[in-house]
Amino acid sequence: MKTCLVVDDSKVIRKVARHILETLDFTVSEACDGREALDACLASPPDVILLDWNMPVMSGMDFLRALREAPIPTRPKVVFCTTENGMAYIRAAIEAGADEYVMKPFDRDTLESKLQIVGMA
Amino acid sequence: MTMPASGTVSPVALNVFSALLEARTGQQIASYRSWRIDVALKPLLRERGLDTLDQLVTLLLDGQDVRVGDQIVNALVNQETSFFRDAPVFDLVLEAVAGAEAAGRRPRIWCAGCSTGQEPLSLAMLFAERAEGGRPMPEIIATDVSEAAVARARAGRYNQFEIQRGLPIRRMMRWFDSEGGDWVARPELTRLVTVRRHNLVADHPPGGAFDVILCRNVLLYLSPTTKAAVFARFAAAMRPGGTLVLGAGETVIGQTDAFAPSRRLRGLYERTGDRPAPSHAAAA
Ligand SMILES: C[S@@+](CC[C@H](N)C(=O)[O-])C[C@H]1O[C@@H](n2cnc3c(N)ncnc32)[C@H](O)[C@@H]1O
Repeated sequence: MKTCLVVDDSKVIRKVARHILETLDFTVSEACDGREALDACLASPPDVILLDWNMPVMSGMDFLRALREAPIPTRPKVVFCTTENGMAYIRAAIEAGADEYVMKPFDRDTLESKLQIVGMA
Repeated sequence: MTMPASGTVSPVALNVFSALLEARTGQQIASYRSWRIDVALKPLLRERGLDTLDQLVTLLLDGQDVRVGDQIVNALVNQETSFFRDAPVFDLVLEAVAGAEAAGRRPRIWCAGCSTGQEPLSLAMLFAERAEGGRPMPEIIATDVSEAAVARARAGRYNQFEIQRGLPIRRMMRWFDSEGGDWVARPELTRLVTVRRHNLVADHPPGGAFDVILCRNVLLYLSPTTKAAVFARFAAAMRPGGTLVLGAGETVIGQTDAFAPSRRLRGLYERTGDRPAPSHAAAA
């Protein structure tokens, strides 16, 4: 089974995402900020990361840059999932090493489609 | 008292709407799908200030406003689509035009039943990206029976949910601009596709011979005879060796002799008339 780490400071979003991902046969873990997510990836990198932008302690962007530098054996796919829907944000995320981008609010079809695009569903 | 056969749709309304839809598009509303009718027509009822479907029937039969029929057909016809639907098929389309390219011809592609335009625009993106390597850009003609779908396909404007279905983010960045919460295809993309209104069961195919015809998820609810007639028209509108692309769950087998499964392109179909007749000597 594929693993997905959901990184979001909103408990509601984590719950919704977890529910959708589990119906898509993912094993899901959660982190509520970038720092927690980085620790989780260093311990055991997931196949794919669903990543919010604005979070306390460490933002999604800071996490992404740190992840791409981190000494981990695999390259997890990163799918940004955020309300920052402007082209400038999207471009910045892709340049920083994100693989895909989901604009919130999202539904099951959107998430499934984006996971398919990164070869994960 | 007997209940109407399906939810809030009376048998009379069901008959009238089914007959209208089939007359205009060939699409049959299988009775098990009739529950959809009231859901699909609810926005139109609201727009017209009506309370019941029977009132809508009266308005239609009254014949004063010719747009009512179009609006009903548009609401009832299934227009579900997405960018790069069944993605691997698109790579096969690239292969299907190889023959035309090798012959030095500009390939011609007809996207029949293109709905709101995601299918032809996906093709256009794919070919345009490849054309940068010096390959010829095919002519892409996209048609649909629904006036509303044609208008949307021409505009190339999608909401946030539509734009995220099937379209990789890099392609969205490259080919679309954000405008008031929607995403709009840039002119350099939309100009690669010619969109026209066209009814598969009533109109002559667009002129000229096609190398590839895509007609995906359109013919599912046509009667067998209507379907066979459409296949015959496709065959006539094709170049020798032309390729037909159907939806994932669709086939020509048992429906027409005009096409057969392609030996080269798995899941696609070839016009049969171009094949050498089977040799009886070899079979004996
Ligand atoms: C389910 S959509 C499929 C869109 C696209 N080909 C795809 O596979 O994603 C079917 C489309 O076929 C169109 N259609 C139905 N009957 C038609 C007819 N008789 N002539 C032309 N288009 C028709 C509908 O208006 C609708 O937009």
